[in-house]
Amino acid sequence: MHSPAKRLYAIAKLSAGSAISVALTLLGLIFVTFAVGRLIPIDPVVAAIGEKAPQEAYDKMYRELGLDRPVYEQFSNYVGKVVHGDFGNSVFTGRPVLEDLASVFPATLELATIGILIGILVGVPLGVVAAANNGRWPDHVVRVLSLSGYSVPVFWLGIVLLLIFYGKLDWVAGPGRIDIAYDGLVDEWSGILAIDALRAGDMDVFRNALSHMILPATLLGLFSLAYISRMTRSFMLTQLNQEYITLARAKGTSERAVIWRHALKNARVQIITVCFLSYGFLLEGAVLTETVFSWPGLGLYMTNALFNADLNAVIGGTILIGAVFILLNALADVVYRFADPRTA
Amino acid sequence: MKRRQFLGSVAAAALFMSLAGGVAFAKTPADTLVIAKVIDDAISFDPAESYEDTSSEVLHNTYETLVEYDAADISKLSGGIAESWSFSADNKTVTFRLRSGMTFASGNPVTANDVVYSFTRVVKADKTPAFILKQFGWSGESVGTMIKAVDDQTFEMTIAVDYAPSLVLNILSSVNASVVDSKTVIANEKDGDFGLAYLKDKSEGSGPFVLKTWKPNQTVMLQSNPAYRQGEPAMKRVILRHVPEAASQRLLLEKGDVDIASNLPGDQIAALEGNADIAISRNNTTRNLYIGLSQTVEPFTEPKVREALKYLVDYKGMTESLLKGEFTVLQSFWPSGFYASVDENPYSYDVEKAKALLAEAGYKDGFAFRLSVRNVSPAIDIAQAVEQSMSAAGIKMEILQTDQKQFITAYRERQFEAALGTWEPDFLDPHANAATFAHNLDNGPSASTKTVAWRNSWKDDTINALTDAAVRESDETKRIEMYKDLQRKVMADGPYIGLVQRTSQVAMRSNVKDYVVGPAMIFYRLVRK
Repeated sequence: MHSPAKRLYAIAKLSAGSAISVALTLLGLIFVTFAVGRLIPIDPVVAAIGEKAPQEAYDKMYRELGLDRPVYEQFSNYVGKVVHGDFGNSVFTGRPVLEDLASVFPATLELATIGILIGILVGVPLGVVAAANNGRWPDHVVRVLSLSGYSVPVFWLGIVLLLIFYGKLDWVAGPGRIDIAYDGLVDEWSGILAIDALRAGDMDVFRNALSHMILPATLLGLFSLAYISRMTRSFMLTQLNQEYITLARAKGTSERAVIWRHALKNARVQIITVCFLSYGFLLEGAVLTETVFSWPGLGLYMTNALFNADLNAVIGGTILIGAVFILLNALADVVYRFADPRTA
Repeated sequence: MKRRQFLGSVAAAALFMSLAGGVAFAKTPADTLVIAKVIDDAISFDPAESYEDTSSEVLHNTYETLVEYDAADISKLSGGIAESWSFSADNKTVTFRLRSGMTFASGNPVTANDVVYSFTRVVKADKTPAFILKQFGWSGESVGTMIKAVDDQTFEMTIAVDYAPSLVLNILSSVNASVVDSKTVIANEKDGDFGLAYLKDKSEGSGPFVLKTWKPNQTVMLQSNPAYRQGEPAMKRVILRHVPEAASQRLLLEKGDVDIASNLPGDQIAALEGNADIAISRNNTTRNLYIGLSQTVEPFTEPKVREALKYLVDYKGMTESLLKGEFTVLQSFWPSGFYASVDENPYSYDVEKAKALLAEAGYKDGFAFRLSVRNVSPAIDIAQAVEQSMSAAGIKMEILQTDQKQFITAYRERQFEAALGTWEPDFLDPHANAATFAHNLDNGPSASTKTVAWRNSWKDDTINALTDAAVRESDETKRIEMYKDLQRKVMADGPYIGLVQRTSQVAMRSNVKDYVVGPAMIFYRLVRK
């Protein structure tokens, strides 16, 4: 019945459909960002050439930015270029946006990845423990912890962490990605310093890079931990109130097996969703963390771009973030299938 | 024996501890200067394109100009690439004799052809700073005939405008008039781009340092130039590290991970005061802050009202309590402590006098207006202080906060009543500011030159004439007097309430010596550690 040709056709139809929906999503993103860029009361020309530039330079930049053409034409020109992989030049770095993003994204990627690992490895067990001890002291401890993760300002906590672990104790390296003594020692390959150092086999650079990364990554980890543990706790509580749990308990299954094998197993799809979501948020770049730790990542780049009304950079970054979310969604789908055959 | 061993180990321990201490407090290498700084303004390090603070600082240390301020004596212009110069009788032709035996960092000799190429590319590439040289009346078409290399050591230029010699020299000392190694740059031109892509992140000059790498928003790395004409600097490397957060800059400085913190606000500086490891260097900058009063707004057109408002700012209280050490009072449009500065502040906080003036002008009960302000410190703090002092005479000032770029947009489009503006001249000649604060020939909406005076809709033909005359005056003493006179007149009647002038406060490790902060420039070449 199901000939291979038919199945191939079905798959092709499905992927074509999702490709179109991805393209439409990205187009919508560009449109909204573009429209916002046109609506804000900031003159992109002044943003580009500064306050003092003479009128002549102003007029020249006005034309260079294509602002003398109708808005719809500016938009279609821009989209046409994007389709060909040209995101234009950033006004405030003066370099191609794509090149900028390629240099800032790895910095964010390394922080976010370590941050999310901390968040998952600590947050999920904490959430499970809290749910299993609902209303007792472990639950309260976890709730206070996750509440503080929500409510303590990142900026303040970052500086305090730096003061203690760098300023006083000297356990870790200070702001920045690498000490100047190690800067430029290993060839850039992935843009992620720790990986590049390992590839070059330079353990000193590797250690130094890690030492710089540990505080900001922990900080990010703490914030995703707060979210993940709280959500895990509530998913687990829902599961633990289900009838099958009562049945398992009635059958004499040990409490440990009830929690970790039965309840967690059923909550995992939701937990995976939350983890991927948090990862997505971290990958957008954490502006405040990046500022305190002088971390040249996506968050800092995007903030600068916004303040400078640098439309090319803003749209380029938005598309990157959009693409990251789409990719994470696809990844989450794959992980669901492994985790729960029913979703396949 | 035992006793000697003991003493020996004590000595060793002491030595070790002092070494360890030394290491802990001098983490940067002895031949490397590390500076924490906000460097995200940099777009390009090409003299034809650079117009920003960070890139100007770097260009001053990587290139030379025909005439320049030198780290050894920052009080006056001296010969850079040029050894001597002479002006023709009508001041329109200048001949420069270049130093002999000079080379670029590349090893190529410095010749008059390099000067011709450097100036030509700035004008023809026509990037934002091109206007600095174009004000000589040079254009893409004409520049070829107006500058020439008479021989390898002689450069000659003609200008189409009536500029005083001192102004011409001041303009030529700007970083945009830097001399680049034409052989190397021409070899790296792409599609007739004058090497703009090539010079974006490297230097091809003859200055004390060479720009080695630039990682946007991360680091700028300079290396000493052994071929520099006044000797290779002691610092083999100078690294600017991008540290956006002031608290982080301070922490890095205290730990000795950087030698200098460039962007510390007053409270952070105050906290470092008394730390024996840290020294603070304070210098006048050329940046001013002022309130512009739009002459389209009713009460501001009344001279007595303008005068009254100038008496309604607590200048002294503001600089002493609010802006501790970060600013000094400046009421003129040209900063204090520089060539042709008038160095006087005639107004003080005097509510009675202001009230009398307001009554004479028919505003006995005061009036209300809106002040546009960028939402950054210290602009906001200053605005609040002014709001308070004005209220003493019944003037209700409403503060309108906007984003920095939004403010500039509105100010350039004359969309304001009063605006708290700031300015920094492009070159160290009073004309740089007079041309914008005291010059407005066409007050119409589509004027070709939209100066600060234009933005404030202020057109005074006597003032215009004075500005035009001063720029032409070739007698230097007379010229200085003319600018002082102009400043006094603008202070008395202009639509500006001059407020303050920024002081740069740089915190550095106390072992850093001879970090020279000059007039709107910083020199690394004499630094020792």
